[in-house]
Order: sequence, then structure tokens, then C-alpha cells
Amino acid sequence: MAKYVCKRIGMAILTLLIITFLLFFLVRIMPGNPFPSERMSAEQIANKRAEMGLDDPILVQFVRYMSGVLRGDFGKGTSLYNGAPIKTVLSSAISNSFRIGGIAILLGTAVGLILGITAALHRGRFLDSFCTVFSILGVCVPSYVFLIFLQYNFSFRIPFFPYFFDPSRFLFSSVIPSLSLSLFTMSTIARFTRNEMVEVFDSDYVRLAESKGMYGRNLVMKHVLRNALIPIVTVLAPLVVDLLTGALVVEKIYGINGIGKLMVDAIAGEGIDYNYVLALGILYSALYIGIMLIVDLLYGVLDPRIRVSAKEGDA
Amino acid sequence: MQSGYTPQKGDFTFLHRQDLSTDTNFASQSYWKGVFVHFFHNRRAVTGLVIVLLILFFSLFGPVMNSFGYRDIVQYRNENNKRVVAKGIAPQIPALHRLFTGEELEGNFSEYTFLFGTDDLGRDLWTRTWYGARVSLLIAFVTIIIDMMIGMSYGLISGYFGGMVDNVMQRFVEIANSIPRLVIVSVLAIFMPKGMGLVIVALLLTEWIGMSKIARAEMLKIKEQEYVLASRTLGAGNGHIIFKEILPNTIGPIITQVMFSIPTAIFTEAFLSFVGVGIVLPQCSVGTLIEDGFNNITTLPYQILPPILVLALLMLGFNFIGDGLREALAPKLEDM
Repeated sequence: MAKYVCKRIGMAILTLLIITFLLFFLVRIMPGNPFPSERMSAEQIANKRAEMGLDDPILVQFVRYMSGVLRGDFGKGTSLYNGAPIKTVLSSAISNSFRIGGIAILLGTAVGLILGITAALHRGRFLDSFCTVFSILGVCVPSYVFLIFLQYNFSFRIPFFPYFFDPSRFLFSSVIPSLSLSLFTMSTIARFTRNEMVEVFDSDYVRLAESKGMYGRNLVMKHVLRNALIPIVTVLAPLVVDLLTGALVVEKIYGINGIGKLMVDAIAGEGIDYNYVLALGILYSALYIGIMLIVDLLYGVLDPRIRVSAKEGDA
Repeated sequence: MQSGYTPQKGDFTFLHRQDLSTDTNFASQSYWKGVFVHFFHNRRAVTGLVIVLLILFFSLFGPVMNSFGYRDIVQYRNENNKRVVAKGIAPQIPALHRLFTGEELEGNFSEYTFLFGTDDLGRDLWTRTWYGARVSLLIAFVTIIIDMMIGMSYGLISGYFGGMVDNVMQRFVEIANSIPRLVIVSVLAIFMPKGMGLVIVALLLTEWIGMSKIARAEMLKIKEQEYVLASRTLGAGNGHIIFKEILPNTIGPIITQVMFSIPTAIFTEAFLSFVGVGIVLPQCSVGTLIEDGFNNITTLPYQILPPILVLALLMLGFNFIGDGLREALAPKLEDM
């Protein structure tokens, strides 16, 4: 098991390094230069380049950049926020995004599980079809459409919630974005939980448990849910990454200063801010790879069969 | 032991086709016929198909159903030779209005029919909605078909050769798969001008991975079967075996994946256009229409509804078709 874990972690780090290097390389070879060239003479630009170390070999630059990144230093933006250090901008953006995303994940997973379990226990009856319709709706309508709907009805027509995000009233103003973000997670989890539980209910070992006299909550909790949960973890992982990072449009619409909005500003504005693209790209990839790694390892904990096969694979 | 009998001319007679008797009660069904029947007995799948076909129909013929172009501003000159523009008109059908209320509509454009209304610049939203749907669908179909070909070939080759080839190819997929789509788009935004090309390349770079995984899994399932061995024994080359013998047998799951990829592509396009790196003016797609609607939501709230409905219905339709196909291709016993 330990060998398996080490191998997985090593692979993850290697992959991340390759991606970071690719990103770095691509950003460095892009056309144009990072300085406003009309305002600077050629000599000034040359000095600036030398000062920033842009003339060194790319590998040297990469190592220098990475050693900065490991200390949390991403350099400075070229056009966004008047060249403020990316670190400070990024840290406040991360905290905003993660808090809203976190609420959305908790809400979505909790309600999704409840809906899915309810549907599975009432298979073929009204509650089941209700949950099915709900989950189809949640998958088919993008989260920002829900956001626009909620914002229009409950902030504009009935001015109850704030129309834009207000950091001083964090919880109150994160109701609308969190709710709209959680709907996709909610419906995906609900659909998956239902299908998995129905499948487990039909399996032989549950039939055996039933014939031995188990019923009710004991049966559902100990035998059905635990086995149904395993595949759900794999579905949840990409959703978590999406929510922590991919709330792009939602953040843009609701005026939340999060990483999503930062990304939109960096790529969709007048000038593209390469350093932000690079920093955010590294951040996104690291999160993505990290969460996938956690899920893989968690999978081993939840499912004994994988633990065993990993051990056999080592031998 | 030889019997000394030589066949006579009258021993054999020609049997005509109508004399053949086939068992029609328990006739064997071909695989695809079974899939077809199963699919069309699935109420949801048929609903999905109808929705998608309807939207396809309107996206082809909707823009020519009235006289307004997608970038034309509806306007006329009044008696004082001043321009009157149909800005921000709510959906109206004069004939129905007359029928139900007995009164004429008011306003400068009372005799015009605007099924979805007009936008803030005075363009007809019916035309724009279906034109946008056409652009979105076109992007989705083109990219997904190319992705299907790339992903399928990649997965089949990787699975077929196995060993070192497979190992290298799968490492590459693993790395490509762990780059978030957004990062790919943002790096592309550096190198490419914003517009349809960016959307297409972004989709091309990301969507093939899912297909290749499915194709590889199918290949691993199939490649040990006897008919592959038979083909190889007869001297068939690798290319022939992969693309002529095995590919037709993997097509089912891949088509299912295509049905799930198309809504993803439409979704991504809408999202990129909304953010501002997708389709550029004066072209429009579902995504830009939603963005326009959102920008005018406080003054013209009806404007956002048609593109949202089209997007949601497309997602719904393709998901239903995908689900139906998956069930039809691998029917479980309980569904039979």
C-alpha cells in the first residue's frame, strides 16, 4: 500500500511539473513583449529584460520562477491591478472562491445525497420521479442561468438579497451564488446516488443480508450506502475542482472577486495578462491534480478490493 | 464404399424464393435492428430525438421564416422622414391580439409580428435565436466529429498494440487529461484571436480524450476474439484489422459518447462566448445571446428566455438520446 501511495504521489508531482513547464514555456515564447513598448525605448526594454532575467536560458528562468512559486511568490501582473504582486491579489481571490465554493459543495453533496437516497428508497413512486426531474433540470441548465434567475427575482424584483456580492455581509450575500453553484453538484450526486443504490439493492449480498433478517436503517447504512458511496466519490472529485475554481461566469455576473473572475479578467480583457494566466494555470492544474490524487487514495481506503489489487500489483 | 449411382437430371429441382419457409415467429433479429427497436420503445429517448430534431429544423429554417436578417435592424422612415427603430419590443403577434381582445396593438410597429420580440438595438430575436442555435450546433457537430475520429484512432491504436506503445500513449493522455480545460483555453487565448476558431480549437484539444478512453477499453475487450485471430491468420495487416475489423464493432459506445459530448461542446461554446473569448459580433451564438439578454435583463427581461430555453432543451435532448442509446446498446435483462 505504501509503495502504491508513493508511486501515485510521485506521478502526480511529475505530471504537475511537466504541465507547469509547458505553461511556462508557452507563455515565454508567445509573441509580443510584456512591456508597454510605445512608452519605452529599445534600450529601456533591453535593460528591463535583463533586470527581469528574460534573456537567461529558459530552464534557468524556469527554476528561478519555480523556486519563487514554492515560496508563494508569483511575480507581478503585467496589466491587471497596476502590476500589484500576484500573491496578494491571488490570496484574497482564493479565499473568496473557496468559501463560496465550499458552501456550494457542502450544500450540493448533502442535499444531493438526501435526494438520491430518498429516490432509491421510493423507487418507482412519486418521490423517485420528482428527484429524476429535478436532477435532469439541474444538469441541463447552466449554473449561471440559475444565478441570473435568482438574481433577477430575489435581488431585483424583490430586493431581498444584495444585487452584487458584498464582502462585508459575506454569508448573506453568498446565498445566491452558492445556491446556484450547488445545483449542478446536487443533481449529479442525486442521480448517481440513486442509480448506485438501486444497483446495490439488487445485488446478491444485500439479498443475503435481508434473508438473514437485516432490514431498515441498519441494512441501508451498513450494506447499501457504504458500497454505493464508492463510485460517488469519483463523481464528486471533478465537481469539487469545478466548484472551487470554475465558478467563472457566476463570479463574473455576481461581482465576486474570486479566481474565476480573475481568470476572466486576465484572458478576456483588452490586454491579456500573461503572468496571471501562468499563475492561475499553475494553481488550477495543482488543484486538479491534487484532488484527483486524494480521490484515488481515498478510493483505496473506501474499497478494500483496490487495496488488495494494489498490493498484488506490487508483489 | 462406392455406390454406383450417378445423379440423374431430375434428381434436383430449383427451389423458388416463395417456396422457402422461414420462421417468422421466432426470427432472429439483427443487432442493429434490436438496438433500433429498443431505442424507439424508450419514451425518453424518442422525446429527446424529437426535441433535437425540432431545434435542428428551426435552426435551419427559422431564420428564413420571416423577412428579418440576423444582423438587420428593423426600422422604417415615417412621414417626417425620421428613422423609427423597433427597439426593445416585447413578443407580439398582432393577429392573435386582435382575435382575443378585439383591439389593435399600440405602438409604431403594431402590424409587425415579433414572436420573441426584438433586442435593444432593434434586431428580431426569433431570427437571432435560431441563427445562434445554428452556429452553436454547427460548432458542436464539426468539433465532435473531428474529435471522434482523432480519439477513436488514438484509443484503438493504443489498445491494439499494447505494451510499450500503449504505455507511452496512455502517459500522454494522463498528462493531457490533467490540464484543466480552462487552462488550455487561457493559453490559447494568448496565441489566437478571440472568435470561433478559438472555441473550435479549445474543443478539439479537450474532447478527444474521453473518446480515446472508450475506444481503448472497447479494443481491449475485442482484440482477443476469434475473428481477429482469424483475420490475422488470413494475412490481414494491423491497419486492416484495427479499422476494418474492430472499429465497426466499437461504434456503439462511441456514438453514445458523441451524444454526450455534443451538449458539452454546446455548453462550452456558450460559456466561452459568455465570458467574451468566443463568438464575436456581429455573429451570434446561444452563448452571446444569453450574454446580451443578461446585459439587458432589467429593462428587457423577456430577451434572455429564448436562448436559455434553446440551450436547456438541446442539453436535455442530447442527454436523453445518449441515455437511450446506452440502454439500447447494452440492454439489461430487466428492461427486456
